[in-house]
Amino acid sequence: MSETSKQIQGRTGPWEIVLGLEIHAQVASKSKLFSGAAVGFGAGPNEQVSLVDAAMPGMLPVLNGFCVEQAVKTGLGLKAQINLKSRFDRKNYFYPDLPQGYQISQFDQPIVGEGVVTVERDDGTTFDVRIERLHLEQDAGKSLHDQDPNATYVDLNRAGTALMEIVSKPDMRTSEEAAAYVKKLRTILVYLGTCDGDMEKGNLRADVNVSVCRPGDYEKFRETNDFKHLGTRCEIKNVNSYRYIQQAIEYEARRQIEILEDGGKVDQETRLFDPTKLETRSMRSKEEAHDYRYFPDPDLLPLILDADWVKTIEETLPELPDAKKARLQSQYGLSAYDAGVLIIESDRADYFEAAAKGRDAKLVSNWVTNELLAKLSAGGHEIANSPLPASDIAEMVELIENGTISSKIAKELFEHMWAGEGRPSEIVQKRGLVQINDTGAIEAAIDKLIAANPDKAEAVKEKPQAIGWFVGQVMKETGGKANPATVNELLKSKLGL
Amino acid sequence: MSALTSLTLKGAIDGLEAGDFTSVELTTAHIEAIEAARALNAFIVETPEQALSMAAASDARRALGAAGPLDGAPLGIKDLFCTKGVQTTACSNILKGFVPEYESTVTSQLWRDGAVMLGKLNLDQFAMGSSNETSAFGPVTNPWRSTASNKALTPGGSSGGSAAAVAADLCLGATATDTGGSIRQPAAFTGTVGIKPTYGRCSRWGVVAFASSLDQAGPIAKTVEDAALLLTSMCGHDPKDSTSLDVPVPDFTQFVGKSVKGLKIGIPKEYRVDNMPAEIEKLWEDGIAWLKEAGCEIVDISLPHTKYALPAYYIVAPAEASSNLARYDGMRYGLRAEGGNLTETYENTRAEGFGDEVKRRILIGTYVLSAGYYDAYYLKALKVRRRIAEDFDKAWERCDAILTPTAPSAAFGLGENSNDPIAMYLNDVFTVTTNLAGLPGLSLPAGLDSNGLPLGLQIIGKPLDEGTVFSVAGAMEKAAGFNAKAGKWW
Amino acid sequence: MAIDVATVRKVARLARIATPEDRLEPLAQELNGIMAWIEQLAEVDTDGVEPLTSVVGAGAPLRDDVVTMGGDASVITSNAPKSVDGFFVVPKVVE
Repeated sequence: MSETSKQIQGRTGPWEIVLGLEIHAQVASKSKLFSGAAVGFGAGPNEQVSLVDAAMPGMLPVLNGFCVEQAVKTGLGLKAQINLKSRFDRKNYFYPDLPQGYQISQFDQPIVGEGVVTVERDDGTTFDVRIERLHLEQDAGKSLHDQDPNATYVDLNRAGTALMEIVSKPDMRTSEEAAAYVKKLRTILVYLGTCDGDMEKGNLRADVNVSVCRPGDYEKFRETNDFKHLGTRCEIKNVNSYRYIQQAIEYEARRQIEILEDGGKVDQETRLFDPTKLETRSMRSKEEAHDYRYFPDPDLLPLILDADWVKTIEETLPELPDAKKARLQSQYGLSAYDAGVLIIESDRADYFEAAAKGRDAKLVSNWVTNELLAKLSAGGHEIANSPLPASDIAEMVELIENGTISSKIAKELFEHMWAGEGRPSEIVQKRGLVQINDTGAIEAAIDKLIAANPDKAEAVKEKPQAIGWFVGQVMKETGGKANPATVNELLKSKLGL
Repeated sequence: MSALTSLTLKGAIDGLEAGDFTSVELTTAHIEAIEAARALNAFIVETPEQALSMAAASDARRALGAAGPLDGAPLGIKDLFCTKGVQTTACSNILKGFVPEYESTVTSQLWRDGAVMLGKLNLDQFAMGSSNETSAFGPVTNPWRSTASNKALTPGGSSGGSAAAVAADLCLGATATDTGGSIRQPAAFTGTVGIKPTYGRCSRWGVVAFASSLDQAGPIAKTVEDAALLLTSMCGHDPKDSTSLDVPVPDFTQFVGKSVKGLKIGIPKEYRVDNMPAEIEKLWEDGIAWLKEAGCEIVDISLPHTKYALPAYYIVAPAEASSNLARYDGMRYGLRAEGGNLTETYENTRAEGFGDEVKRRILIGTYVLSAGYYDAYYLKALKVRRRIAEDFDKAWERCDAILTPTAPSAAFGLGENSNDPIAMYLNDVFTVTTNLAGLPGLSLPAGLDSNGLPLGLQIIGKPLDEGTVFSVAGAMEKAAGFNAKAGKWW
Repeated sequence: MAIDVATVRKVARLARIATPEDRLEPLAQELNGIMAWIEQLAEVDTDGVEPLTSVVGAGAPLRDDVVTMGGDASVITSNAPKSVDGFFVVPKVVE
């Protein structure tokens, strides 16, 4: 339960937001949920469509076992109950991108039950979002409205693709929390490999349920589980970016508050978010209340899962973000913040651990999370395809650890490494980047400096921070290669500090 | 009239094997018979060129010694089965001009075994009907006529075309489907043999769906042995159909002629309905006597929920149909009747494309599934369905097969019941229980009524026990000695 | 649970079947007749009975995640009332 809720001040008093999300995640499978047509982007219209997807007369669905497995995996990743017996139902309505005239989904008996996701806020605090259920269902095709002014073009390539619909309980209270939840959920799915999380391609989409209430009402709801304490909610469909999710929520909450403050009633309806106008609009075509006439699909038999099979999947799950984050902190002594950055993608954490083997973990972490990530991002690289292998970072850090180079020199070295000049130790040799540890040389430089600046040398006794100027000058004098620790030590003693 | 068309399927295959005639000759004879019988309106699409080409290919195979179990035999295909490259309409305007690019599993198995396709057979639109009067291609006329009058009679439905074609010797056998009795009742009305196997025996892939949990394909043929021969080819597990049973298919013909001595035959008292015609009651008694004679033990059984089967069926079947027929919307195939907008196009297309009975059932199905009614109707019907299935489970503890009449009357006149849906529905009173319970059911001709019209008896078996059904049917066929044929008036 | 004209109109819209005004009343009567006949199901004691959704006792068969179908848009659109460049062309959908 999220403790901090942002209140919105209205004319008639404060309001709070209540949010629940339904996430549609496309299963990362090769073929569709009930047909053997291919799943994927980029094919020509209706080229990834089987007779079953096109709902030709006499066609029948056959369930893809891999999709079932991914749903179970995801359920386990959400710490949810796996229902060993579940069933497919038909959701009946007419729309050109729904060839059968019904969507095969799961209504009464979903494959996954209640679970929970722990989400980190920006400030490092966490909150839990309870999961209501996860079920498998077919995706619809795509309608193009802009090809012809008088007609709609329909492409069924996406029709029948497997979706996992993940329904949360209304546990989010701010738009930031909603976006953070989606981020975390996406990370879990990508870790599991059950969905590629590509929001741009629409492989991960959110339907956001928004309602507003007065302070205190939400707590009553949580106590009693009675929705009458909450306001009427509107559903904003198909929002596919974190920013849009936040913007849509902000707009919708204010829209509802205005209606209520004017003494009106919020109509329960489905809305779309317009990212150009930054507003939500009622979906005219779905204005009539849908009677979906759910009933068990008579072309399919109940889905029965073997408990041992589920156990095997559980035992072979990859390490998930929360566990990995905790382990990075305990095993490597990293801060929660640093661990948090590293686990955003499991590739990052893997890279870090490869580089950190036998090394100063904090140092490695700094280099990876700051310098390396910045370079990768600027160059559009994924860490899995990093031009610099983990072993190079490890080598560089080792050179810092054994005093061959200083951190300052390392920054320069890193640029040369990124430019592809070779392995770190090679570059250090070639470019003479070895740190000057020779106290004699440093002393000489210091003496020269003090002699040339007697006033400053005196002033330092009054203002010890001014030593910084001296440090800078010594570094300049030594081409930046003097060992900073040694410089500081010697300066302090020579300046009488 | 050619002697070739009066052969049984088995007789024809024997003849082909013996070299008495070729498949081309056999097929030609049937093509001619079909041409001469257009008054019956049994065939809605004739495919003589394809038939002759398949026949020639069959003769060539036979010459190489590679003939399959049905090689060379000309058959008719109910227009509910999708046949690649050949128009398939389910006898509805909404599928006008639809030519599938795929072949149903059942028919592809017939072609695999060497059979020849004569054409597509008429049926009640979307298999909804018991008289073949709801077809968009016009009704089928029963080749049988009452001795009392010349009026046109129905061959029954929905597989009216299949039954009429077999009875009129237009084909050696036909495929059909049965959702509430659509194989057995027309078989009874036309003096032919029809069997609906256990649910899941035949694949439904490529068969236009009416009610998914009830539909089953099966043959209509001239004899019990012929039906067994055809069924053997039609059955088999199909991974493309999730409800298809993964069980081996025996050679069903081996059960025909097997002794039925010692088998217990159940006679359900609830099938003795009010106003049952005396002739049908008598026929049932005859049947009992024949089986007793053959060494069976007759056992009285009770199937207490029998009378609720029809109303339960008329909730479940329309409910499933209302959803199965949603795909006929004018968007991707079939008829499109343009409207001012999308909704109007849907509504105009479906209003124009579907016949009245189909619309009626879609509306009922939509209604019983709609919010507020689901529990009272649909869920209730499914619970009653379980009760009906349990009735049979209990009965099987006391008997091996069940004997009942197939239909509550002989063939009636075209147009007689078309204004009274419920009167029409009552045609299925004896057959619908087996669809709800998924059991095999066979109808064979057992006698003629006082007007010379055929009457049938039904044998119901345990799940997957078509063997016993065929054995009992074989024994009964022998005892009944039914060899009447419809007098050729066309 | 009598079906009135308003119900027929609503159900016909749900089922996307255009029904002329003058058919609504006769249809309501027809459907009422059928539903009245169906009412007798209420006589059956079904307390504690599990609905029978399939006579097949087994669980759902599963298939492997392999691409086995599709690839040819012409097969999919060959019977379309209207198609252009591989797309189905349908009446304009207003969102």
